Amino acid sequence: MKLSPALLVALALGLAFLYLPIFLLVIYSFNDSRLVTVWAGFSLRWYGQLFQDAAFLEAAWMSLKVAVTSATIALVIGTLAAYALVRLGRFRGRMMMIGMVQAPLVMPEVITGISLLLLFVTLNFDRGFGTIVIAHATLGAAYVAVVVQARLVTLERDLEEAALDLGATPAATFRQVVLPLAAPAMLAGWLLAFALSLDDLILASFVSGPGSTTLPMKIYSQARLGVTPMINALSTIVIVAVSILVIGASLLAKGALIKGEHRAD
Amino acid sequence: MTGWRPGWRPGWREAAILLPLVWLGLFFLAPFLIVLKISLAESILAQPPYSPLLVWPEGGGWPALGARLDNYLVVLQDDLYLRSLLNALRIAAVSTVVMLVIAYPMAYAMARAPRNWRPALLLAVILPFWTSFLIRVYAWIGILKDEGFLNHALMSLGLIDSPLVILNTDWAVHIGIVYSYLPFMILPLYATLERLDLTLLEAAADLGAPPWKGFLQVTLPMSLPGIVAGSLLVFIPAVGEFVIPDLLGGSDTIMIGKIVWIEFFQNADWPLASAIAVTMLVVLVMPLVILRRGLQA
Repeated sequence: MKLSPALLVALALGLAFLYLPIFLLVIYSFNDSRLVTVWAGFSLRWYGQLFQDAAFLEAAWMSLKVAVTSATIALVIGTLAAYALVRLGRFRGRMMMIGMVQAPLVMPEVITGISLLLLFVTLNFDRGFGTIVIAHATLGAAYVAVVVQARLVTLERDLEEAALDLGATPAATFRQVVLPLAAPAMLAGWLLAFALSLDDLILASFVSGPGSTTLPMKIYSQARLGVTPMINALSTIVIVAVSILVIGASLLAKGALIKGEHRAD
Repeated sequence: MTGWRPGWRPGWREAAILLPLVWLGLFFLAPFLIVLKISLAESILAQPPYSPLLVWPEGGGWPALGARLDNYLVVLQDDLYLRSLLNALRIAAVSTVVMLVIAYPMAYAMARAPRNWRPALLLAVILPFWTSFLIRVYAWIGILKDEGFLNHALMSLGLIDSPLVILNTDWAVHIGIVYSYLPFMILPLYATLERLDLTLLEAAADLGAPPWKGFLQVTLPMSLPGIVAGSLLVFIPAVGEFVIPDLLGGSDTIMIGKIVWIEFFQNADWPLASAIAVTMLVVLVMPLVILRRGLQA
């Protein structure tokens, strides 16, 4: 079947809609003028200002630390959950696990945020780095579980059974057979959890404490005041970094990202 | 699970099951019970700012239950909360339909594109979704404001004389939601359309059905699971959206997610914010549970 011209136009317009705002943002981050919509020549001054702003750098460092830590915890929990759901047959709590893995994907973030904060208050946790990590790891684990599950479902059990028949313990089988086969999906899951954490404003706003401002919280407080070229510059850096990461990972994982993604429904 | 026997120690299997179950139970499920509990409390000036559920009498003995339904009565009786919920449902529903109209042809074209284009097209749709949500919403401020790109372009084309006021209206909120959630709608649609058996369409054509009839009677019904999955995936989070109405909407754009935020952070009324959250959860999750049951049956 051929692609009709109407369909091609619809696809092109749709992609233009998705990318035009991002392109405008990137282009005008190099604008010399403070007025964001008037072009006054190429300049890197906003990038220079950005790298001299200690508060932004501190928030960026905080976000990176939170993202790496929470994505790693999410990877462990999400992978175990996916393995349990796909490979361990029936167990008590299975339905509950299915629900707890799927619900965070659609739950409005204000509800998750408010409920986590109330938990931390009830348990008397000090709010800050640790509580943001817990919040992001919990959300990330759900995404990792979905992506890894999609991969495990497609794997034949033969190799695992052969390993078990040859006397490997279940733990050794998991380490030496399942993990290498699931690695591309796990990488995709880690990246997804990392990106979600780096991006999250709402959960972080609810569960952060004094002195633990993340980058999105900083961007948000500036964006409320209107468009500033410095935020455009910062956004450009984030966009370029994420694009390189995603395109690189998808090339590395030979499409595991994409396969994981469209099964995520 | 393996039963208890002498010398039993928690093994690999138990660890793989228990660790996720305990973590998600503690940090995802338990918090909702606490929200439920606090929604039954009274807002007080203290730390934490709500009354205890169980009031222990001073001389010992059984505690008295301090639960009250006042917060739910406020949610039901004060026009503001009901209106903001209905408003959020309406904005999310309209945006979902618009997304469906934009995403369906895109997903259809992607599914029919030459096989070697598809990974690149898929990546092109996924990439914006990985890019910061906040930044993508922020980008629209510069486009939609009075002296923004859109008005600039329309005026230099001579289509309008004075700038259109779009930013800080419901229009901007709809645009923001459609833009931000579009990839979530395209992906499930693409997944079902790509699996569609083309021989069914050929059979329909062979039997004399014109293409539009083949589409209506074969393609559309077969892609229904993708339509349902995509719609739920965008509708539910969109109802609770806070960032988009806050950055793009006006002061009269009241959506329930923003109201929860305001009650919590500005008015510091934790019990009322909890009651609104519980109400929102019931309204949103009930249809989901019923639908799942229906699909599984």
